Amino acid sequence: MIATPQHTLDAVPTTALRTDDDPTSAIARAAGVAVHCQRVCKAFGDGDTRVRVLHDVEVEVRAGEMSLLVGPSGCGKTTLISIIAGLLEPTAGDVTLFGTARSKLSARQLIAYRAKNIGFVFQQYNLLPALTATANVAIPLLIARMNRERAFEQARRLLAQVGMADRADALPTQLSGGQQQRVAIARALVHEPRLLVCDEPTAALDAQSGQTVMELLRRVAVQADRAVIVVTHDNRVFRFGDRIIEMDDGRIQAVRMGEAGSGAPAELASTEQAIKVAPDETIGAGPFDFQ
Amino acid sequence: MNWVAWQMLTGDRAKYWGTIFGIAFGTLLISQQTALFIGLMRRTASQIDDVREATIWVMDPEVQNTDEILPLAETDVYRVRGVPGVSWAVRHYKGLARAKVSNGRFRQVMLMGLDETTMIGAPVEMVLGSLSDLGRPDGVIVDKAGFEYLWPGVEPRLGDTLEMNDRRAVIVGVCKAGAPFQTFPLIFTRYTRALEYAPPERNRLSFVLARPEAGRDVSEVCAAINRQTKLLALSRNQFFWRTIGYYLRSTGIPVNFGITIALGFIVGTAIAGQTFYLFTLENLRQFGALKAMGLGNGRLVLMILLQAGIVGGVGFGLGMGVTAFFFEATKNVTHLAGFYLQWQVLLGSAAAVSIIVVLASLVSIRRVLVLEPAIVFRGS
Repeated sequence: MIATPQHTLDAVPTTALRTDDDPTSAIARAAGVAVHCQRVCKAFGDGDTRVRVLHDVEVEVRAGEMSLLVGPSGCGKTTLISIIAGLLEPTAGDVTLFGTARSKLSARQLIAYRAKNIGFVFQQYNLLPALTATANVAIPLLIARMNRERAFEQARRLLAQVGMADRADALPTQLSGGQQQRVAIARALVHEPRLLVCDEPTAALDAQSGQTVMELLRRVAVQADRAVIVVTHDNRVFRFGDRIIEMDDGRIQAVRMGEAGSGAPAELASTEQAIKVAPDETIGAGPFDFQ
Repeated sequence: MNWVAWQMLTGDRAKYWGTIFGIAFGTLLISQQTALFIGLMRRTASQIDDVREATIWVMDPEVQNTDEILPLAETDVYRVRGVPGVSWAVRHYKGLARAKVSNGRFRQVMLMGLDETTMIGAPVEMVLGSLSDLGRPDGVIVDKAGFEYLWPGVEPRLGDTLEMNDRRAVIVGVCKAGAPFQTFPLIFTRYTRALEYAPPERNRLSFVLARPEAGRDVSEVCAAINRQTKLLALSRNQFFWRTIGYYLRSTGIPVNFGITIALGFIVGTAIAGQTFYLFTLENLRQFGALKAMGLGNGRLVLMILLQAGIVGGVGFGLGMGVTAFFFEATKNVTHLAGFYLQWQVLLGSAAAVSIIVVLASLVSIRRVLVLEPAIVFRGS
C-alpha cells in the first residue's frame, strides 16, 4: 500500500522555496499555516454513478502568500477551493482554517465564519447588476449588519484602493470586464477577510486586464495575516504566485515556489522544480497541458 | 439586506412591473367580480332588506324566495296577530304587474302594497313628494331607477300617469329603494290599491309582516307562529339568507362568477409566480454569491419575502384602485345601482393576494434554499 503523499511546505527543501531577501517570505514564515487540508476526499453521486473528485488531498496554504492552485480542467481545483471556503462538505477528511477545524463548526457557525473570514473573487464577477459599484462592494459589510452609510464609506475607500474611485456610482453593465473584476476584488477585501479565494479571476479577461487584476491582487490582497488562493489555468499569471500547487486527477501532484515567492521565474515545465514529496515518489515531474 | 433586496427587485423594471401587473390583474378580477357577485346576490333580497320595521316575515311554507310567492289567505294576518308574543302584524303585497306609460311604452313592474294604516314596508328615503301623498287618489310612488326606466331621459318629476290592469296610477312620489334582482321599476302603493293593479287571483296576500313584543326573542316568536298557524315565519335575516341561498343553489350565477374569480386567482398566481420565479432564476448566481459570502438562508428567505411583499402590496393597491375607480365611476349608473366595493371584499382580496404572493415566492424560496453556494465557482 502506498502511503498518501503529504504536500506541505515543510516537505519542500527550503532552498527551493524562496530567497531570504524576499520580505513576504519572512512574513509568511512568521504567519504560519492558514489553511490545512487533511486527507480531504470528495465524491459525488452514489453507487455506479459515484465519482471521486478528490483523493486524500493533503496540502497547506500559508498566510502572507499568494498560492496558485493550478491544473487542467476537471482536476478538482474548484471542488477543493469550494471545500476550503466552506461551500462544500468533504466526504472525508477535514480542513483547518487559521486553527479552526471546519468539522467542529455547525452549519450556522460555518456561515458566520465564512462571512467574517473569507473573501471571494469569482470568474464571472457575480456583481449584483442592479447595484452600483459602491453598493456591490458594501455587500459583505451589509451582510455583517453594518450601517449602510458606514458600509458605503468603507466601500468607497476600497474602490479608491483598486483605482475605481471615479466609477463608484457606475452599474456593473457600465463597466468593462477588468473594471468589474476590480470591483469584485474590492468587494472581496472590504471586510478584511483572512482568506481570499479567487476562482479564475483572469479567465474572462484579455491579457492586459488579466495582468492588471493579478498585479492588483498582489498589491492589495497579499498581507501578512491573509492567505490568498487563486485557482487558475492561465499560465500567463503564474509568475504572480508565491507558491504553485499543482493538481491533477483529484490529487496534489506538486507544490513548488512561484516567481513571486522564489525570486526566480516560475517555469512549470522545469523538472528541477518538481517536488519530491516522498522519498521514493516524485510527483508532478512534468508540466500540465493547460491548453 | 432589505435595501439590497429592494434594489435587486426594482433593478429589472420589466420583471418588476410584470409581476406587479400579474398581481394587479388578479386583484382586479377577484375584487371586482366578487363585489359584483355580492351586489347581485344582495339584490335578490333587497326588498327584505328595505323593510326595516318588521323583523318577522310570515309566508306559505313552500316559499323559497321573495320573487316566487304562494299567496296567503287574507285572514292569515289575523291568525298571526293572535299568536302570543306578536306585537303587531300587517299585510304586505309583492307581485308583478304590467305598467303602460302614456306614450305606449310598457314595463313589467314590481308592485309593493303597503299596509293602509302603518305604511310598514314603505321606502325610507323620498326624492320627490312624500309618503302621505299615497293617500291621494290613484297615488303611487316609484323608485328613482324605475322612473328612469319608465321615462328614459326625463328628470324625475311628479304627476306622470301609468296604467296598470286598466287602472290609472299617478306618480305622487319618487323614492330611493334597493335595486331588485330583475331591473324592474318598483311601484309602492297602498295595499288595497295594489290589489286593484295586480292580476286577479283568489288569494293575494303575499306576506304578513310582524314584530315581536318588546323583550321577546324573534326566533322564539317565529317558532310560536309556525306552531300555531302552520305558516312559515322567518326572521328578516333568515329570509334574507333563504332567498340568497335559493339563487346560489338554483342559478348558474355563483358558478359563472366563481369561474371568473378563480381565473383571476389562477392568472394572477401564474403571471406573478412565473415572472417572480424568472426574476429569481436570473439572479440565482447572485443569490449564490450572497450565500457564499455568508448570507444565511433565513435572511435570503426574508429578502425574497420582502420582494414578494413589495410587488404584492403595489399590485394589490393598483388592482384595488382600479376596482374602486370602477365602482366610483359607475355609482350613478342606474342599472348598476346597488353595486359597491364592500370592505369584506377588500379584506378577502387582500387574503387572496397574500396567498398568490406566498405561492409565487414559495417556488423561488425553494430554489434559493436548495441552491449550492458553490454554484458561484462554475463558469458561465
